[in-house]
Amino acid sequence: MDAFNVYAAKLAPQRESLAPGHRACQGCAELLAARLVAKTLGHDFIIANATGCLEIVTSSYPHTAWKVPWIHVAFENAAAVASGIESGIKILKKKGKYPVDREIKIIAQAGDGGTVDIGLQALSGALERGHDFTYICYDNEAYMNTGIQRSSATPYGASTTTSPAGKESIGQVTMKKNMAEIAVAHDIPYVATASPSYPFDLMEKVRKAADVKGPAYLHVLTPCPTGWRLAPNLALSIGRLAVETKVFPLYEVVDGQYKMTVAYKHHRPVIDYLKPQGRFRHLKEKSIEFIQQYVDANYERLLKKIEMSEG
Amino acid sequence: MAKKIGIEVSLAISEAVKLADVDAIAAYPITPQTHIVEHLSELVADGDLNAEFIPVESEHSAMSVCAGTSAAGARTYTATSSQGLALMNEILFIIPALRLPIVMTLANRALSGPISIWNDHSDLMSVRDTGWIAMFAENGQEAFDLTLQSFKIAEDHRVMLPISVNIDGFTLSHVIEPHEFLSQEEVDQFLPTYDPLIQLNPDKPVSMGIVGIPEIYFEAKKAQDVALIESKEVIKEVFKDFGDRFGRYYKVIESYRTEDAETVLLTMGSIGETAMEAIDIMKDEQGKKVGLLRLRLWRPFPVQELREMVKGIKTLAVIDRAVSFGGTGGPVGGEIRSALYSTEDRPYVASFIAGLGGRDVTIQDFMDMVNLAEKMEAEQEVHEYKMIGVRE
Repeated sequence: MDAFNVYAAKLAPQRESLAPGHRACQGCAELLAARLVAKTLGHDFIIANATGCLEIVTSSYPHTAWKVPWIHVAFENAAAVASGIESGIKILKKKGKYPVDREIKIIAQAGDGGTVDIGLQALSGALERGHDFTYICYDNEAYMNTGIQRSSATPYGASTTTSPAGKESIGQVTMKKNMAEIAVAHDIPYVATASPSYPFDLMEKVRKAADVKGPAYLHVLTPCPTGWRLAPNLALSIGRLAVETKVFPLYEVVDGQYKMTVAYKHHRPVIDYLKPQGRFRHLKEKSIEFIQQYVDANYERLLKKIEMSEG
Repeated sequence: MAKKIGIEVSLAISEAVKLADVDAIAAYPITPQTHIVEHLSELVADGDLNAEFIPVESEHSAMSVCAGTSAAGARTYTATSSQGLALMNEILFIIPALRLPIVMTLANRALSGPISIWNDHSDLMSVRDTGWIAMFAENGQEAFDLTLQSFKIAEDHRVMLPISVNIDGFTLSHVIEPHEFLSQEEVDQFLPTYDPLIQLNPDKPVSMGIVGIPEIYFEAKKAQDVALIESKEVIKEVFKDFGDRFGRYYKVIESYRTEDAETVLLTMGSIGETAMEAIDIMKDEQGKKVGLLRLRLWRPFPVQELREMVKGIKTLAVIDRAVSFGGTGGPVGGEIRSALYSTEDRPYVASFIAGLGGRDVTIQDFMDMVNLAEKMEAEQEVHEYKMIGVRE
């Protein structure tokens, strides 16, 4: 870990740019992640927020939870709006109409639907154009704001309101879209996965992503007690289990070089991660076995990329 | 008076954008808007225009990037047509609600399907209720002048609304016309640097685009409507200021030889120039009591001015370049009937739809429409709209 010298909660930045008093559900890991992002970035940053849970729970006239400049335009265009803010400030600085000495970080943030589905084109465009900004996807693996409908980030076997488990279906029948790898394919300088269950790892990555010149992409798994049918007090522990079971490995890709940032010698079986969650309650042994094989194969692929990076 | 320069209208518009010293341009190519943004990107590439040119991956993102640049405090411009405008649709509603003074050239083109690259006004009509100020240029000089004036109107703190300057695709965008340009000094004196009312700045944080709960949404929409309606006075003020400085005066509705006219044509866009020729022939050679009104300002609709200008007219023949399918008139025709319904001694309003998807509207068509409208008036024919120049 390079960005912070000492990792202790009391030494983390004191400033809270995302104020308490917002309307998120109890145990919402998305809001915790967003708070850690804001804490890391401090004061000089601007947020372009997609429509979604994070947007509605933090902004409802006449209230706002944001102590930094924040703009919400629509669902699918956070990356495009952030592109505009970045370009706007760049040219205004060039023309002497904005303080030149201030380094203002531009953050786009959206949920998984706003990123991997409806916002994918705008995100791809912004990454390709090379804007100096950080895109953060808070992935709770379904359209939670509209009532737990499936997205392409919903994992295989999860029951949602539009991929319900039934007599003829095990729920979501497709595999989770690997957005971090799609971001890597854009050849951008920084991509990482992160989790609020590992706060210092998350903060470290936010700092690196913001400081890198050019686009950075962070994919943050944010357990949603409401949508995952999970007790609110388990949101953080389920986030840890996602990593301990290899379901959601924490890694970063710096200039194309892969590195695991949180490594375990021994991993737990996926059933430990699936079992506490009501959305997987219906899964039979055979399906769980299939998921285990899929998770193992994905993890092996990632390890190979890391090995190749280490040369 | 400055020397006139023969140049393509699209290029003249780009030169106006350059003279306005815009900070940011985000655009996606679509025929027939392309020459405008191509020329702007050249101006940026050559260092003649100090601006960010953001070549986006869709029109939806073009307007979204514009939202970002404008909210950051940058003077922002874009251009589009037809399907591009349709793709922007969602964001078009949000721009005036965020009070972002973006200026957009709309090179009007028919909407699919069938796919057509040629001119009519169906694209603009599809975004009628987005809350943008919308005005029409009939020739290159007007396009140049209105583009410059639009920045001043949009950015006026009493307005803070986006503007679309409409030019007919191909029939205006791609023709070479003589233009009288303004010098940089003249423009600088006329158009001050953009001074944003609010801006994304960490020293004075604001939350823009927040949730409008039922207790506030209605009020927010009323405030937006009031701002749009009241922008008309600022538009007139800027038109006058421009005229006083440079000698070219603009009006929200232009009239042509309407003195003593009993039958008056009403057009929007470049067909107004053909209509003027038709009026000359009918007046000078046929002795007909005809005239022409050209609607420059489509939104906010100049209701009072229209009511004033049609006083004493017997028949008003409104020519639309778009269809409101299954509606009660062409979009403009229906609007005008509405505006006049409550007035006394209102003229008979004939609603015609002509020139869809690049179909020419000829001098003869205008003369036919005058004759038809007069016949309909004599018979007090009840009708919604009639299509002119279409094969049955």
